[in-house]
Amino acid sequence: MAQTLAEKILASHSDRESVKPGDFVMAKLDLVLGNDITAPVAIKEFRRLGAKKVFDIDKVALICDHFTPNKDILAAEQVKFVREFAREHDITHFYDVGDMGIEHCLIPEKGLAEPGFLIIGADSHTCTYGALGSFATGVGSTDMAAAMAIGKAWFRVPHTQRFNFTGKLKPYVSGKDLIIFTIGKIGVDGARYQAMEFGGEVISALSVEARLTMANMAIEAGAKAGLFAADSKTVEYLKKAGQTVSELYPDQDASYYKIHDFDVSNLEPQVAFPHLPENAKSVREAKGIKVDQVVVGSCTNGRIEDLREAAEVLKGRKVNKNVRMIVIPGTQRIYLQAIEEGLVQTFVEAGAAVSTPTCGPCLGGHMGILASGEVSLSTTNRNFVGRMGHPQSFVYLSGPYVAAASAVAGEIVHPEEVLS
Amino acid sequence: MKLTGRVFVFGSDIDTDAIIPARYLNKFDLDHLKAHCMEDADPTFAERVKLGDVIVAGKNFGCGSSREHAPLAIKAAGVSCVIADSFARIFYRNAINIGLPILEVSLEKKVKDGDLVTVDLDRGIVEVNGEKFQAQAFPPELMEIMQSGGLIEYVKKELEVGEEND
Repeated sequence: MAQTLAEKILASHSDRESVKPGDFVMAKLDLVLGNDITAPVAIKEFRRLGAKKVFDIDKVALICDHFTPNKDILAAEQVKFVREFAREHDITHFYDVGDMGIEHCLIPEKGLAEPGFLIIGADSHTCTYGALGSFATGVGSTDMAAAMAIGKAWFRVPHTQRFNFTGKLKPYVSGKDLIIFTIGKIGVDGARYQAMEFGGEVISALSVEARLTMANMAIEAGAKAGLFAADSKTVEYLKKAGQTVSELYPDQDASYYKIHDFDVSNLEPQVAFPHLPENAKSVREAKGIKVDQVVVGSCTNGRIEDLREAAEVLKGRKVNKNVRMIVIPGTQRIYLQAIEEGLVQTFVEAGAAVSTPTCGPCLGGHMGILASGEVSLSTTNRNFVGRMGHPQSFVYLSGPYVAAASAVAGEIVHPEEVLS
Repeated sequence: MKLTGRVFVFGSDIDTDAIIPARYLNKFDLDHLKAHCMEDADPTFAERVKLGDVIVAGKNFGCGSSREHAPLAIKAAGVSCVIADSFARIFYRNAINIGLPILEVSLEKKVKDGDLVTVDLDRGIVEVNGEKFQAQAFPPELMEIMQSGGLIEYVKKELEVGEEND
C-alpha cells in the first residue's frame, strides 16, 4: 500500500507492513527527550511507575534549556532535580550549561535525529526533526515518563495533508515566511491531529536549516508532525553531524487527506500579528509598527544561517536607539561559529546583546521580558497573549531578515528598505 | 459517573500560556499552579472557581505548548470537566494521561457563566438549560487507558508483564 512519510515511519516502528489513518499503534521509539520544565514532572511520574531504569541510556535526552542558566532559585532546583536523575541513570545525552543548547537546535547537531526515526519529546516543538525525515512529535510529561520506561508510545496514525510549494522565492523570503504564510492559510488548528508533509520545487531548493524552521512551526497549525522527504541535501547536512543516512521519500501515489498547491513566487516576507501565529500578513502591511525589542534566536530561528541573515543586515549599521535587540545563538557550536565568522562582532558593534543559548525570552522566561504595552518583533514561534512577558504586551513574529531590518529602523520594515 | 457544576465560558484557541503562563513554570507544585490557573485569560478565575465547576470553551482548547502543567492546573483548581468544540492534540493526550475529564461538545455559544451543567461521563451526555447534547465518543484504545486509571497505571501493567517475561 502506498504510504505517506508519517505512515511509513509509524508502520516500520510497530512491526507492520503498512498502517492507515485512524489505526492505533504501540510503536518503538528511537529517542525520548525532555527539558528542565517538563522533565521534572516526567521524572516524578517515572518513579511513580516503579521503573528502575530507563529503557536505553543512549535514547533518552535531557536538555536543560528553558530557564537556564538558572533564572532563579526555583528554576535552579528544577535543573538540579533533572541533573541528579541524569547522573543516577547515567544518561548519555544530558546537556547542562556549557554544552547545553536549545534542544531542537542541539538534537540535530548531535546526530540524534535521522530520516525514518520515531521521536517523542516533552516539548511541543519536537516536531522540528520532521525536517530531517523523522516522525517527531510533542507530548506531555506523563507520556515522556512512560516512554523512558518502556521505549514505546501509543499513536493514532494521523491523516496527512500535503503542501506543495512552486515558483521561485523572492529575496529575503525563506522558511519562516513560508510557514507563517501556510499557517495563515489553514489556521492554528488547520492541521489538528494531522501530519503536514511539505514538498515541491521550492522545498527542494530550500536549505535544511530553513526546513527545520518550517517543521518547527507545524505545531502552530495544530499538527502532530511536519515532515520533509530526506533528499540529497538532508544526507549532506547529516554527514556534518557524523551520520551516514539514506534518502527517504513518501510513496508517489500515497493518499492525502488534502493537497495544497501554493505558487509562492510573489510571496513577500511575512509577519504574524498578535496574538496568534495565523495572523499572517505581508511585511508591507506591518510597516510603521514601532518595536521596543527585537529577538533573533529560538528553536525556530537560532541556527547559523539565521544569524548570518541578521548579521548581513546589521553589518555596518546600528540598532535603533529605541530598540533593545537580543541575539541568541541556538547552541554552543553555533555560538562559536558565529564568533569565528565575525557575526558576533557585527552584532555587538551594532548595539545588540548576544546571549548564551537559552529558550529564555521566547516563552517569557528570562533574558528579555516585555513590560505592559511593549512590542517585540521576534523570530520565535508564538505570539500568544503574555507569551513574552506582560499580558498586555504584543509579539509579532518574522524571519531574521525582517527582524534585523526592523531593529535598525525602529519599526517593522521590509529588509530592502534598510539594505538598499 | 455523573457530575454537576457551574460553567465558566472561554472562547476559542485558549492556549497553554493563557491556562498557565510560563512565568509560573519554575516550580512544579499543584497549589502553585492552581493559584495561577487561567490567569492570562481571566485573572479572577483562580479565586472564583469552586470544586466541581466546568470549563466550556470553543475550538482548539489548549493549543501551544506541551506543558502538562496546563491540564494539571485545571484539575488542581477543582474543575471537574472541560467541554470544548475541540481540543489541541497534546492537551487532549495529556488530559487523558492525567485523568482530567474532557468532552468534545459545541456548547460555547449555548451557555453563559454560572449556568449549571450536568455531565454523564460514561455516556458522554451533557445537559444544560433543559437541553441534552451527545459528546464525541472516545476510541476504544483510549477508553482502555482511561479505564486503567491513566497512562501510568496502564504502563505499570505492561511493565509487570515485561518483568514476568524477563
